[in-house]
Amino acid sequence: MIEKVIFYVFAGILLAAALLVITARNPVHSALSLVLVFFTSAALWLMAEAEFLGIALILVYVGAVMVLFLFVVMMLDINIAVMREGFSRYLPLGALVAVIMVLQMLLVIGAAGVDLSGFAEATNPALSETNNIRMLGNVLYTVYVYPFELAAMVLLLAIIAAIMLTLRRRGGTRHQDINKQVRTTKAERLRMVRMASEQKNEQ
Amino acid sequence: MIELSDYLVLSALLFSIGMAGIFLNRKNAIVLLMSIELILLAVNFNFIAFSHFLGDIHGQVFVFFILTVAAAESAIGLAILVVLFRNRGTINVGDLDTMRG
Repeated sequence: MIEKVIFYVFAGILLAAALLVITARNPVHSALSLVLVFFTSAALWLMAEAEFLGIALILVYVGAVMVLFLFVVMMLDINIAVMREGFSRYLPLGALVAVIMVLQMLLVIGAAGVDLSGFAEATNPALSETNNIRMLGNVLYTVYVYPFELAAMVLLLAIIAAIMLTLRRRGGTRHQDINKQVRTTKAERLRMVRMASEQKNEQ
Repeated sequence: MIELSDYLVLSALLFSIGMAGIFLNRKNAIVLLMSIELILLAVNFNFIAFSHFLGDIHGQVFVFFILTVAAAESAIGLAILVVLFRNRGTINVGDLDTMRG
């Protein structure tokens, strides 16, 4: 019973914050509401016994992605008035589509009356183990080891792509050209000068 | 006790809020990206709920990969936005008509 109350409280906060994300006038407020959305989602995931993913959601999303969002929002000088135009024009259409989608999904959930009894054999005996991280690790480093490495490659690719996209070389700055430094030859650096030997000063 | 349908209804509502966000904020590319994050979160909710109620850990592994790809996607998306703003001075989606035929 108390579990259900907690679930509904968090679900209410989640939906309210999500509505604030899409309706806030200022993009900074949208980003901060999205932080709240991720926090409450993490709490709900903890209730569903997905502890590792709940913590990872807070660390990765609140700690990294949302900070990135806030940086970009504050770095760009956005004209809020221009961005808001058309908001009330598209409100009926957007609300209509959203309501229709909700009704459709509720119909599917309600009509089929989600019955998991047919899937009972999928139940993994290892799941009775209480340590969520150990269970996840056991699967992640054995069955899913290649997808795991691919995920690492995707992240590396994202790093390189993001840096290359935003890197700006300004003209006139002085910086080292390593390639040039390595390929230099003796002839470019050393100059032999022939000069007459001087008379030794004698006291 | 929390039912599976509770999670599914919550996820459906979250998904359509994200969908409505794409309709409402079609000028502001940053809020568009945030709406996409909401939609991905709704999908992750479904995976977690089914993983919990079926007792199958593989759903959580899938959420892990979705989180990875979504983080990479938003990083690249924001980098593109920064370049866009640097070149055009705006991130208004309505002004991006260079490729119009």
